[in-house]
Amino acid sequence: MCFISYFQMIITKKKDFNELTQLINKKPVFIIGCSECATLCNTGGEKEVREMKEKLEKENINVTGWVILDPACHLNNDKRILKKYKENISKSEKILVLACGNGSQTVSEIIQDADVIPGTDTLFLGEIKRLGEFEKRCEMCGECIQDLFAGICPVSRCPKVILNGPCGGASNGKCEINKEMDCVWILIINQLKKKGKMDLLKKIQKPKNWSKSEEYRRASKNDL
Amino acid sequence: MTYKSKLEKLLSEKKFVVTTEVGPPKGCDPRKIKDKAELLRNYSDAFNITDNQTAVVRLSSMGGSVILLNMGLEPIMQMSCRDRNRIALQSDVLGAASCGVKNILFISGDHQSFGNHPDAKGVYDVDSIQLINIVKNMRDEGIFESKDKILSERPDIFIGAAANPFADPFDYRVDRLEKKIDAGADFIQTQSVYNLDRFREYMDDVRSRDLDKKVFILAGITPLKSLRMAERMKFYVPGVDVPENYYLRMKDASDQKKEGFDIAVELINEIKKIKGVHGIHITALFWEDIVPSLVKKVDLFPRP
Repeated sequence: MCFISYFQMIITKKKDFNELTQLINKKPVFIIGCSECATLCNTGGEKEVREMKEKLEKENINVTGWVILDPACHLNNDKRILKKYKENISKSEKILVLACGNGSQTVSEIIQDADVIPGTDTLFLGEIKRLGEFEKRCEMCGECIQDLFAGICPVSRCPKVILNGPCGGASNGKCEINKEMDCVWILIINQLKKKGKMDLLKKIQKPKNWSKSEEYRRASKNDL
Repeated sequence: MTYKSKLEKLLSEKKFVVTTEVGPPKGCDPRKIKDKAELLRNYSDAFNITDNQTAVVRLSSMGGSVILLNMGLEPIMQMSCRDRNRIALQSDVLGAASCGVKNILFISGDHQSFGNHPDAKGVYDVDSIQLINIVKNMRDEGIFESKDKILSERPDIFIGAAANPFADPFDYRVDRLEKKIDAGADFIQTQSVYNLDRFREYMDDVRSRDLDKKVFILAGITPLKSLRMAERMKFYVPGVDVPENYYLRMKDASDQKKEGFDIAVELINEIKKIKGVHGIHITALFWEDIVPSLVKKVDLFPRP
């Protein structure tokens, strides 16, 4: 199982710098980035980590060191890499992680003597539309039903999670919530029309089994 | 023949019904509901109590429905999928039925981002079609969504649904109506009708599939009180289609209220001629006191 590829990934957004300096509270800090998703989002690659170091130092904050994990969500790999920075980390009271919410938790599992500060907000699992542009594609709901909808997912892409859509709010093909966003139900209908499979929509889709998204909190190779 | 509600009885007797909307207040003063309802009492057969419409917190539709019941009026309680999961929704259907609510109208609900608590988590555990089907099964099969059995008394609800003949994609709107009927809708209240051509086209399609024989359809009427309201409806409210001619009439009118009233009268008179429409649902937003003269003017007074 691998959630991360260069085509679909965890999209993160940089947190506000002032918010971060408040959390760091002038204490010595070690910065951790991630070689995968956060690098591609320009939120936690080597470039951003170096920039962060400079900005913090300008604020007279002591940066004890930095490293890019490969990737941050890989526990054993992280342990191995972070061992080399043991001394830097021991001098730090704060660890600023520029990776996704998973990455920063993997780090907090390893480094327990300092406060781990997430440096990004994790937004969604999405597709890279073009360089630097991302769109949500998956809710990780535990039971994929895209086959019913021409391979297009209303669970992650309809703000009201309507499985028997579309609602009455779409206009000019756009969602009522956001005029920039395509109505996923119109995409589904157009695609089904093209394929001559509009009959698929006649069936009432039953309520979703949300327990599937709760069932697996942990999985091993044998489960997958 | 016994009927679930007065609304069902009137519709079954082929009366052209009138329902009106009573929006609950942002507070718990019951007089706000009583005063509106008293004004509408003789001009409407049943009264919609909205469920935190436009995602603004208001007195609950269940509370509002009980106030109407105590006044001897028949509520159409609205329930949206936005704020409750299937456990709370089914529980509230039972609660409402136990208080004497007989009509419930199920909708997806306006997205929370439009309201006064945009930071809230939208629930959307089930969608409106699924909810309609859940309640039909509670009523007809005596089972909950999980297939667990209802042990004491099934909720004998006359099930309502919303339909928007004007939203995108137009050629799928009747299909979706049919899906709501298949799910269990007994009656429909439509989005506010302004574009008569489109509505006639929609109803032609409805009749060609005999859907008007399977469900009662009440056309939505929202009188335009001002040019500002016409502009809001035309340009900002998702899924509403105000044609240019009505918009221009409002714009050029010396008396906007009178023009809005006249347009509403014209719309109702035209809608009455369309076969397959079984009544109207009037939503006079912040203009409830217009309803009596409107209902009289279109010869729908007195009510049965």
